[in-house]
Amino acid sequence: MTSWPILSLVTFLPLVGAFFCLIVNGPKEAVERNCRSIALVTSGVTFLISLILWARFDPTKAGFQFEEKLDWVPALGIGYHMGIDGISLFFVLLSTLLTPICILASWESVHVRVKEYMVAFLVLETFMVGMFCALDLALFYVFFEGVLIPMFLIIGVWGGPRRVYAAFKFFLYTLLGSVLMLLAIIAIYWQLGTTDLVVAMERLQLPFTWQCYLWLAFFASFAVKVPMWPVHTWLPDAHVEAPTAGSVILAGVLLKMGGYGFLRLSIPLLPEATQYFAPLIFGLSVVAVIYTSLVALVQEDMKKLIAYSSVAHMGLVTIGAFILNIQGVQGSLFQMLSHGIVSAALFLCVGVVYDRMHTREIAAYGGLVHRMPRYAFTFMVFTLASVGLPGLSGFVGEFLVLVGAFKANTWVATLAATGLILGAAYALWLYRKIIFGELTKDSLKGIVDMNRREIVVFLPLLLLSLWMGIYPASFLDPMAASVDKLVGDYQAAIKLARTAALP
Amino acid sequence: MVVGLESWTLARPELFLAAVTALLLIYGVVRGEASTAFVAVSTSAALLVTAVLLFMPYREGTAFASLFIVDRLTTTMKALVLVGAAVTVLMSRAYFEQAKAWRFEYPLLVALATLGMMLMISANDLMALYVGLELQSLALYVVAAFQRDSIRSTEAGVKYFVLGSVASGMLLFGASLIYGFCGGTAFVEISKALIDGKGAEAGVIIGLVFVVAGLAFKVSAVPFHMWTPDVYEGAPTPVTALFAVAPKIAAMSLLVSVLMGPFKPLFAQWQQIIVAASVLSMALGAFAALRQQNIKRLMAYSSIGNVGYILLGLASGSEKGIQAVVFYLAIYLVMTLGVFATILLMKRRGVMVEGIGDLSGLARSHPMMAFALLLFMFSLAGIPPLAGFWGKLYIFMAAVEAKLYWPAVLGVLASVVASYYYLRIVKVMYFDEPAAEALDQPVFGVNRVVAFASAVLVAVFSLAPQPLSVVAAAAAKGLFP
Repeated sequence: MTSWPILSLVTFLPLVGAFFCLIVNGPKEAVERNCRSIALVTSGVTFLISLILWARFDPTKAGFQFEEKLDWVPALGIGYHMGIDGISLFFVLLSTLLTPICILASWESVHVRVKEYMVAFLVLETFMVGMFCALDLALFYVFFEGVLIPMFLIIGVWGGPRRVYAAFKFFLYTLLGSVLMLLAIIAIYWQLGTTDLVVAMERLQLPFTWQCYLWLAFFASFAVKVPMWPVHTWLPDAHVEAPTAGSVILAGVLLKMGGYGFLRLSIPLLPEATQYFAPLIFGLSVVAVIYTSLVALVQEDMKKLIAYSSVAHMGLVTIGAFILNIQGVQGSLFQMLSHGIVSAALFLCVGVVYDRMHTREIAAYGGLVHRMPRYAFTFMVFTLASVGLPGLSGFVGEFLVLVGAFKANTWVATLAATGLILGAAYALWLYRKIIFGELTKDSLKGIVDMNRREIVVFLPLLLLSLWMGIYPASFLDPMAASVDKLVGDYQAAIKLARTAALP
Repeated sequence: MVVGLESWTLARPELFLAAVTALLLIYGVVRGEASTAFVAVSTSAALLVTAVLLFMPYREGTAFASLFIVDRLTTTMKALVLVGAAVTVLMSRAYFEQAKAWRFEYPLLVALATLGMMLMISANDLMALYVGLELQSLALYVVAAFQRDSIRSTEAGVKYFVLGSVASGMLLFGASLIYGFCGGTAFVEISKALIDGKGAEAGVIIGLVFVVAGLAFKVSAVPFHMWTPDVYEGAPTPVTALFAVAPKIAAMSLLVSVLMGPFKPLFAQWQQIIVAASVLSMALGAFAALRQQNIKRLMAYSSIGNVGYILLGLASGSEKGIQAVVFYLAIYLVMTLGVFATILLMKRRGVMVEGIGDLSGLARSHPMMAFALLLFMFSLAGIPPLAGFWGKLYIFMAAVEAKLYWPAVLGVLASVVASYYYLRIVKVMYFDEPAAEALDQPVFGVNRVVAFASAVLVAVFSLAPQPLSVVAAAAAKGLFP
């Protein structure tokens, strides 16, 4: 559409910053200062450029926009094909927004190997954005897996005491899921002679049994990433051990890769298998929503609690995605965005007190409202957003998913709604334990409120959460055409399969 | 196509290498130990010149009454072998000087072994194959034991010799059976006999099994891998580097040209053998390496695993599969040379160390070296976007095309297990606290250049795998007229 390869620019600009970070030399202090600035400026500029995408995005079009297409490895039928539609647009923005916030949030808390840290984050941004833009299955896989390398290092180098265990668990768990997806991609290649996703969406016709095999292969990959119960166990470990910014990216963007993968690949490419396996997804998701909410209730570590709440919220996402009506899918997308903002902010909230007290034990806190009013307010907003208070972002997504679910399956909707009640319980419980009560602990007597940098970190997230809650149409409208197409194509494919099955 | 009296010119590169080696040998004998540095550099140069001669001019055809064949595949494989051998000779100096074993025979033995490899790659007859293989093996047995005053090195040499002789014996026995049933040793004759219906005869199949077993030993595929870890660990490190690349590429090329050439009519029979060897190699390479503490031993298991993947490409028996084999071998060559160049840089107070624990905290004391090794490890693990991923992707594409679904699934699962031990090296370098005494700062030298160049090449192949796949496609074409 445009002559400017704007998607490639957004994707690879962070790498330029990473390169400059690498070649910075000089005394340690200066290097650290420069690397921080370079990383912040690069990711900030990247975010601004990505805003152009939103501004120039045509919400009436269902297909892909800003497309770029080049041959990459023609011998293997792989092309460099980038493009976004209403489904991927906001994930790109989410990634580009959270990266500068992460860099700002680690401004003071990271003081060892700052250069490598910034490089890792910038490389990570490239892979994340690239994954949401990729329109070639192999390219998608490259970005999807490439994320593991910087994240492995971020957890392993800058993480907590059990960082090595957590990093390996994270890496091997997700790799195990993904390699099967690689075989599925290869199988699709042999069907079509290309790995181009757009071609695959139009032309891929597979017999039902093959659809099921491939669906399960994709499922192995995305379910681990989402993560769905029972393959979620890497998440609490990874979250607890990762540095604050690592948790933010993990919860904010990496989990969305799973949900996005379902919507981008599983559903449009394998509609019959999707229909066949939807009850499985519902079952696992409902278990996730209820079970992990209960588990969250008994956590003693703040990060672990939020990690389990992520699993529960993502359960709602997968329900919405596989309900496959317009409300469900829109709700699922919206819930992912909202969760991306809210859980990121909650992890940042944990980071704020962790930087001061160096503990995440819930029991170590209490009565912070007396010393930290600004913090208490921020934390409250995001807790309520997470609970789903109307007027904040969480509500819209949950509501849409439940509306969609009631249309399709009352039982699923009822059980999922139960999870929400439990969600309110643990989130409010966490808030009360930390913020309210008497300030009795001596160690907390000297704690100081958020400084200006931290306010800058939280402010955009806070405003976004309000915006998404009060006027969700700004976000739902650009999605609408693409979601309509996704749902329409799916239903057409199912109908076609049904008529074909009739004698 | 070159035929007739002029056909000997097809063997010009080999003849050149043989002549230079002979001259250098005379020079070395006359001048004594003082000549070592010159002989080593000249040998490397000669190997590289030979590689150039392969393409200037490039010609195809058969020579010496069809004993010797030259086509795209053999030329490409020879080029890989020559580069591997030349680089490892250059990498050797520091190590052998320190071990007080820097003698002029070493580079010459490597050159002779390389000559043997070139002959076996070009073999078009079972006898020629055997002669080339033995020339290679005998030279390598000596090289493995080259550090005469080291017990480990001597042991490695003896072990390699004894087990290698058994393998050669098997190969010869198989060859004689095939000769008996097919009535000839030339590949053309065998092929003709098999197409004419001798394929069903048990003798041929048994002969084939023995030949494959002999070659599987040379590529160290399971279940003929037992020598690999001990020899890799015991042999001097530069020799291990050589073993990991040159003979492996040569033997793999031979396996390809034997199985895809005269024995193609028996595809259904040998496919099972290769699939089994492949799956077992991938699994063993993955699991056995998990607990290794010595990085050379680890690389031995890693090479067994890699051979498993390459064999999977061969087992698919398709054009894509052979392309994948060539592609994978080229990337494997680069990664392996890089890893071994890095291992050769691991010194503490001037003494070579080779424990994985010695790498702890390397990212802080030697950031560049650690980063290069990180690239190699993620690449070996097959994590995209690094070069090793493209190799694996190519292999699995071929396997899925040939409907080898289960081997492909087992292969990707094995690659997950294997990634654990590659990651462990990254973990030691990046996550662990630095050792009490850091490794020496590497001095500028061949090994640094090789490590750097390999890292750059891995990066280039990661982003632009296409040119290499074009080369691989051209090489494979010859087998599929």
